[in-house]
Amino acid sequence: MTEVGVVLEGSARLDATPLFSDVRLELAPGGWTCLLGPSGCGKSTILRLIAGLDTGARFDGTLCASDASPLEGRVAYMAQEDLLLPWLDVAGNVAVGARLRGEPIPPERVNHVIGEVGLGPHARKRPGQLSGGQRQRVALARTLMEDRPVVLLDEPFSALDARTRAEMQEVAARTLAGRTALLVTHDPAEAARMGDRVYLMGAGGVEEIAVPPTRAIRTLGAAETLTFGAELMARLRAA
Amino acid sequence: MSGARQTDARQERPEGASSPPAGARGPVTSGVIRRMGKAALVTAGILAMWEGLVRAFDLPPFILPGPVRVGATLIENAGLIAYHTGITAVEVGLGLLIGALLGAGTAIGLALSPVARAAIQPALIVTQALPVFALAPILTLWLGYGMASKVLMAVLIIYFPVASAFFDGLMRTPKGWLDLAQSMGATPRQLMWRVRIPAAVPALASGLRLAAVYAPIGAVIGEWVGAAGGLGYLMLLANGRAKTDLMFAALIVLAAMAVLLYKAVGEVCDRITARME
Repeated sequence: MTEVGVVLEGSARLDATPLFSDVRLELAPGGWTCLLGPSGCGKSTILRLIAGLDTGARFDGTLCASDASPLEGRVAYMAQEDLLLPWLDVAGNVAVGARLRGEPIPPERVNHVIGEVGLGPHARKRPGQLSGGQRQRVALARTLMEDRPVVLLDEPFSALDARTRAEMQEVAARTLAGRTALLVTHDPAEAARMGDRVYLMGAGGVEEIAVPPTRAIRTLGAAETLTFGAELMARLRAA
Repeated sequence: MSGARQTDARQERPEGASSPPAGARGPVTSGVIRRMGKAALVTAGILAMWEGLVRAFDLPPFILPGPVRVGATLIENAGLIAYHTGITAVEVGLGLLIGALLGAGTAIGLALSPVARAAIQPALIVTQALPVFALAPILTLWLGYGMASKVLMAVLIIYFPVASAFFDGLMRTPKGWLDLAQSMGATPRQLMWRVRIPAAVPALASGLRLAAVYAPIGAVIGEWVGAAGGLGYLMLLANGRAKTDLMFAALIVLAAMAVLLYKAVGEVCDRITARME
């Protein structure tokens, strides 16, 4: 898959209130970019702008891909809620994109993707029979199934317990390798672990923060990860 | 809304915890028996009071017949009552089926097309402001004394509740699902068929429950205005001849039919809704 970079530049306002102004965000091609910020700072708006979803805000600026082709149809979206359809089983939910486009469903690929997120034995279960972590794995499998070069993740792990969250970060990093991922998060430790590039969003705008030399995903509990996490936390509180 | 909102509640639930173990039927069954026993006791009490009242005041049977007499009339005229019950049941069943299909179809059409919403919705509300009962004589005039006018009456009376409940459900698809579908490039048709309609099934079910209550009312009113058969016709006939006991017998059968219909529709709705959640 060719790696696609994305650049967003501009300002947005909701009626008369500015949401953010003169922001420049550059997604690392084929890597993970984390957008860290407190709740309500407008980071989800940025993600939704890139996803082409309705934000209710007015955006003045440019949004383009590094290869100068439009982004439409090349972006997959994963939210904090798993957004599984309760009346479909795991396999049905993973293949829901093809269904919604009226395309034929490739069953081998569905099985392969379900296996990749470690849910092989659960393919015929309904979402109601799964734990929160398993449900988010299904959502990840559904995102993988879309096979898009750009993947936008809006706090997908923030409702999970600590252990499941760490597991999901690893599964996501493994399965989405090579894709351009934007992870919106309010958790400095998560940004410290996942970010090849980290942006901090506050009232003043968006600021890029230098990351440690190791590539993401970084080892949980390694001194470097912890120090970087602490630095992000301090900056987040100061912002 | 359930899909998106219940996420948090489901976080900690271990696998398979959503359905009770197979052995858990015992207390449920005994609970049903106890409830039925209670209902039977209350019914017996009311019947006893009714009979007592009739005897204490020595009421003539053409004013208020006692339950014993009504029961006897019911058995004596079982064939006659069954014949008229059959007619009303067919009217109600057809009315319910056609009205539900038309109502659901209208809701989907309105949800798909903003043009249709702008054009039809106001007209729909105006027709609803008109009491359907007032149309009964005209329907009988146009369609005659047969079943058609009663079926149409039932259709008219349930069409709006079904259409409006289902339409509300279709317009309230959780936003997260719509976002996801949009990011996946869903076609409007597939989005309607795969997401919006299944998500609105509980709303459709509540419309159908209302319809099950209204449909017999529509049919019986149609029969009162002019009919050659049916429980409404039989009640009017019995009343005109001061056969109050026959009228009560028909009334009781009508009530039983309405309750059965409501329970049956409710059961079907519960099952379908459970499949969707």
